[in-house]
Amino acid sequence: MPDPVKEYMDVLDPEEFKKEVLSKYPTKVARKRAKQILINRPEGEPVQEIGANVRTIPGIITQRGCTYAGCKGVVLGPTRDIVNITHGPIGCGFYSWLTRRNQTDPSTTEDGHNFMNYCFSTDMQDENIVFGGEKKLRQAIQEAYDIFHPKAIAVFSTCPVGLIGDDVHAVTREMKEKLGINIFGFSCEGYKGVSQSAGHHIANNGIFTHVIGTDDTVKKGKYKVNLLGEYNIGGDAFEIERLFEKSGITMVSTFSGNSSIDFFANAHTADLNMIMCHRSINYVAEMMEKKYGIPWIKVNFIGAKSTAKSLRKIAQYYEDEELIARVEEVIAEEMPEVERVLEQIRPRTQGKVAMLFVGGSRAHHYQELFKEMGMIPIAAGYEFAHRDDYEGRKVLPDIKVDADSRNIEELEVHPDPVKYNPRKSPEEMEGLKKKGFEFKDYEGMMAEMPGGTLIIDDISQYETEKLIEKYKPAIFCAGIKEKFAIQKKGIPMKQLHSYDSGGPYAGFKGAINFYHEIDRMVNSKVWSYIKPPWKKNPELSARYAFVA
Amino acid sequence: MKMEAIDKSKLLRHTPNEIKERSALTINPAKTCQPIGAMYAALGIRGCLPHSHGSQGCCAYHRSALTRHYKEPVMAATSSFTEGSSVFGGQANLLQAIDNIFTIYNPDLIAVHTTCLSETIGDDIPQIVNKAAAEGKIPKGKRVIHTNTPSYVGSHVTGFANMVKSMVDYFSTSTGKRKQQINIIPGWVEPSDMEEIKRLTGLMGIKSVMFPDTSKVLNGPLNGKFIMFPDGGVTVEELESTGDSIGTIAMGLWASEAAAKALDTKCKVPYAILDLPIGLKATDRFIDAMRIMTGVSVPEAIEIERGQMLDIITDMHQYFYNKRVGLVGDPDQLIALSEFLVSIDMWPVYVVTGTPGKAFEKRIMEITAGSPYEVKVKAAGDMFLFHQWIKEEPVDLLIGNTYLKYISRDEDIPLIRHGFPILDRVGHSYFPTVGYKGGIRLLEKILTAILDREDRDSEITNFELVM
Ligand code: SF4
Ligand code: SF4
Repeated sequence: MPDPVKEYMDVLDPEEFKKEVLSKYPTKVARKRAKQILINRPEGEPVQEIGANVRTIPGIITQRGCTYAGCKGVVLGPTRDIVNITHGPIGCGFYSWLTRRNQTDPSTTEDGHNFMNYCFSTDMQDENIVFGGEKKLRQAIQEAYDIFHPKAIAVFSTCPVGLIGDDVHAVTREMKEKLGINIFGFSCEGYKGVSQSAGHHIANNGIFTHVIGTDDTVKKGKYKVNLLGEYNIGGDAFEIERLFEKSGITMVSTFSGNSSIDFFANAHTADLNMIMCHRSINYVAEMMEKKYGIPWIKVNFIGAKSTAKSLRKIAQYYEDEELIARVEEVIAEEMPEVERVLEQIRPRTQGKVAMLFVGGSRAHHYQELFKEMGMIPIAAGYEFAHRDDYEGRKVLPDIKVDADSRNIEELEVHPDPVKYNPRKSPEEMEGLKKKGFEFKDYEGMMAEMPGGTLIIDDISQYETEKLIEKYKPAIFCAGIKEKFAIQKKGIPMKQLHSYDSGGPYAGFKGAINFYHEIDRMVNSKVWSYIKPPWKKNPELSARYAFVA
Repeated sequence: MKMEAIDKSKLLRHTPNEIKERSALTINPAKTCQPIGAMYAALGIRGCLPHSHGSQGCCAYHRSALTRHYKEPVMAATSSFTEGSSVFGGQANLLQAIDNIFTIYNPDLIAVHTTCLSETIGDDIPQIVNKAAAEGKIPKGKRVIHTNTPSYVGSHVTGFANMVKSMVDYFSTSTGKRKQQINIIPGWVEPSDMEEIKRLTGLMGIKSVMFPDTSKVLNGPLNGKFIMFPDGGVTVEELESTGDSIGTIAMGLWASEAAAKALDTKCKVPYAILDLPIGLKATDRFIDAMRIMTGVSVPEAIEIERGQMLDIITDMHQYFYNKRVGLVGDPDQLIALSEFLVSIDMWPVYVVTGTPGKAFEKRIMEITAGSPYEVKVKAAGDMFLFHQWIKEEPVDLLIGNTYLKYISRDEDIPLIRHGFPILDRVGHSYFPTVGYKGGIRLLEKILTAILDREDRDSEITNFELVM
């Protein structure tokens, strides 16, 4: 059988491509970028090392955002019932106001609290920069409390806060004491770390320290799980919740799509943690395992096959015949429709080429959906992932901790004297492992991508343009900043942060939505109008020249 | 303490009717930060790459916000500060950025703006740029300009004004020979508005230099090519020539005064500050100012457009009469819009901007003097307060950016999107609201909103075919 990737990439040898791209850069920049651009090697050979989670080169035009965005925007943003106050000048709070399409359903918490449609900021002025902003912050917390009486208030520091030395933790501690509700702060100044990723870590630490384990109420249900790293963009979490409900699995908490702080508080009562976006949330899973004895597994609900696989994995974890049978029933019920749609669409998408440059997990997860459609991911990369997200967790011991990562606190976690309760004995874990069950494992993107494809970390605007020019993909996936430059070239671009206005794309129904969406995009006639008729047949104009 | 019960059908379900004094907490801001304005302005110079000197998050946010508003590529670079730069300053980052930008993207010029971080650190941009020049990092014929945009002062409008002023500071030169041209500083308006203003000056037969000019930059065509530096924008040469123009028309006190004044001080170019030409009267003043400044006469074509606008106003006056309007936006826009509304007998009753400035409140009160309703106005206000005012006593129509759609839905009041940002509709970058033509569009929007509502709400017995 001909190798479609090879056929495609032979048009332009990826090594050549890399050389050509690097030749444009100043020497130092080229040297750095060379480590972040790889040609994926065929299976069987040792995984190569990729440069990742390293500083962005100034001036290069990056996709990346900042620590605050990762902390407040990504991880805490989707939690509806915390009053999230941005401590800083107005911009940061304004831009992270409702722009990520996190959906939420407040009817699932009795009090109906939902502050997600609001933006709260201390809107620091120059006198606060000069004399410090703690007083204003204290007052802002008081006002938020007086007006809204929320269950919790969180404070997020932006760039200048760290610099002028405001102690948000002291202020939040003091106000927590005074007001008697949960109040906590995050030192997520934008300059920390090298991307949003640092903010994820800081957010994880904060929720772990201040919220998880504060409510011991045990929810009813036989199979209690937490889903981590799912943010309910476009309703993804709703679809996953639907599947869980159908399978008889109880979702204690989702971090943090469609979430309430109440759910976080008793997340430690679940018996299994499942990680979707490994990059943004693996820290919480690790810490919960240490403190409470809850094992974690990697799942992926993007792609119908991955969804089925993940459901089976959960059932397998419980080693419960009833659940195993129920999950099979659910899959059997859901798959026919998926296959029916695929059958229709696949002839139109088969063999088309996709590129994915986004986030810290989606550039990998979404390849599943493209593969189901017979499309070929020939180039991919993350915006802010680490080496383990590319090469797999097996490289963790080899990752050197650089100065930027060292700045982000690693919490020291010990088993809780009372609440530690290993959900599986070492023997049970061993038994499962023998059956091929993987705990806390993530293989990374590279292992699952075909050989000869291009892997590019923290891709620049220039590299994006070059890729498109050379390989002319049928579709490119990235974020809003990249979108229109790509579409100007006549190539449809799908946003995989916010889904444009679509979704859900998770689970079975989501997969169907995605097939339709990609079919719409790569096969639409609207892209065929770019050349006006007079540019298609220019010679005609001479023959019919108008003579006055 | 007893809490008001939450109405679970509402989006803004926690907004209480009772207004409590707030001195520290901003809720649902009606402004954003300076750098985004500087970025927008810099995109209006031909061949210019805006550069954000700070952490990369600011740049990412500004580019995203502008992209969502224009649905167009918005290119800008960043110094990507790390913890180290926040301690030692961002000189090394900016030097490297300048080198990389010219090598990789080759713009004609880079327009640097600062951020909270680099401002708080106190980076001296001109000094760093000089160093870059001395080190040969700025190719011959290329320029690096800058403006300071501390976000803890003013608002996005201030940042815009600062960058426009920097264009004067860096480029305007007087050769001593007057040129037969005028300068137009359009303020923070849409690319479509800039195009319309140029069309009007063209109709008047006047040569003008407009700066900044984002038309054809942020409303460019789809033609199968991505051109990083499109053929739009004011050129550096044109900017240099502004020092020789016979006069400057600056639109909007907040966005344009600084540049006009600087140009007068630097090159002795006299200026007139006008309101944005939104609505009949402000457009009249704009046309008349051009006439007086250049001595040309107003062509019939313009009078026809004016007459068309007036025709709609008089024909449909009954629907406008005594309607109550709530507006949120930027000072220059709000002033012009309020005057426009009053001129057709609609009444702005609640007017809020996030941008500070007592002069704004005073001006709105002057414009609305004689209103049959109590008028509330606030500078440095927010949409939360605005919403509470509406809860006290509703309005018939809302005008403002996309964030107002939450209030619009909760209170069931029609919304006309105007200002920045508009995240959920298109049109603003293609169809102007300035000039008489723009006025006709605004009138159409207002009428459609009001009449759609009447159609929706009327009884079966009085549902009208002809309106
Ligand atoms: S740090 Fe300052 S400049 Fe950057 S987005 Fe926030 S407010 Fe704006
Ligand atoms: S990587 Fe993507 S999916 Fe994961 S948190 Fe980030 S934006 Fe979300």
